[in-house]
Amino acid sequence: MADDLELRFERTVQSESRIEPRDWMPDGYRKTLIRQIAQHAHSEIIGMQPEGNWISRAPSLRRKAILLAKVQDEAGHGLYLYSATETLGADREDLTTKLIEGRQKYSSIFNYPTLTFADVGVIGWLVDGAAICNQVPLCRTSYGPYARAMIRICKEESFHQRQGYELLMTMMSGTQQQRDMVQDSVNRWWWPALMMFGPPDAESTNTEQSMAWRIKRDTNDELRQKFVNMSMPQAEALGVTFPDPDIRWNSERGQYDFGQPDWDEFWQVVKGGGVCNEQRIAHRRKAHEDGAWVREAAAAHAAKHVREEGAA
Amino acid sequence: MSTSWPLWEVFVRGKRGLNHVHVGSLHAPDAEMALRNARDVYTRRNEGVSIWVVPATEITASSPDEKDPFFAPAGDKVYRHPTFYAIPEDVPHL
Ligand SMILES: [Fe+2]
Ligand SMILES: [Fe+2]
Repeated sequence: MADDLELRFERTVQSESRIEPRDWMPDGYRKTLIRQIAQHAHSEIIGMQPEGNWISRAPSLRRKAILLAKVQDEAGHGLYLYSATETLGADREDLTTKLIEGRQKYSSIFNYPTLTFADVGVIGWLVDGAAICNQVPLCRTSYGPYARAMIRICKEESFHQRQGYELLMTMMSGTQQQRDMVQDSVNRWWWPALMMFGPPDAESTNTEQSMAWRIKRDTNDELRQKFVNMSMPQAEALGVTFPDPDIRWNSERGQYDFGQPDWDEFWQVVKGGGVCNEQRIAHRRKAHEDGAWVREAAAAHAAKHVREEGAA
Repeated sequence: MSTSWPLWEVFVRGKRGLNHVHVGSLHAPDAEMALRNARDVYTRRNEGVSIWVVPATEITASSPDEKDPFFAPAGDKVYRHPTFYAIPEDVPHL
């Protein structure tokens, strides 16, 4: 019987069909998905902070409205993904607790500070750009609710990237000081953006099984290469350079060659040693704790209404 | 006491003439708040003209694992489909 179920699972995955919540699935598949989707959800939620930092200081009402809408989208992305984890039996409250206790991770990119308003543009262009590279293939991931959440998210991400690029184009047509500000921001975000695809394939422990289960569709290095190929012409059009002396077109490969990020720095930030790790978690914890009375009051209000209806 | 709000499933009618379609779920203390949250989470870009929210515990589902026996009755009733009936080609609008 168990073999039957396993066989059916394998066949469903192999035939590019989707696994749905009430299907039988191997324990490892379920655990891997919960871990990956929760980490992804946490990233969307924590990812609101670096840009949220600039909402009150956006240089115009137009930029403020755009930034607000973008940050609100990221909250929405987090919620779609938490919703997907719950179809696997995860508990949302439990996931939030794990995040604020540091027992589950989020993307390290959000542990870097946003020092100037140009960072808002560069995050939209490069960070959301890298996220899109990662996420587009996930629209075909084998677990139905995750794939559907990714389709919604990808539709919205294109606005994020374009508003960022447009913001940078505006700054690049401004003063020399503004152009320098953009280049400085690109210099700071380029390597962390490349790290968003995860460690090199040779060191990535989870990739092989995730590829077999078709949770993951491309390897870290494949996606990183794709991102570099896409970003170079965009940088040229913008008039900025990437801080990598090794980056150049390789006509034999038909792709760009490029250097490796500092992987020691990557692991250090993953392990909590980034500039903003503590601040991000402390802020999330405070928001959760400060909201407790609202959650309790709303629950009490709902309970009271149920009682009144019962009495009437 | 656990203060975690119950789970609601959300269905959205994309536009007039279409069915409500399941889009995901959310937590809310009551139906009214569930509707408001659903509007903010699932229809930020005019994705819907109407929303249904249903307590997740109220949904009864057939399991995909039972798919074959459960849906089998539909399999042998080809007369439910319009193509079952041969209609002369010169009869219009059928
Ligand atoms: Fe997002
Ligand atoms: Fe985004």
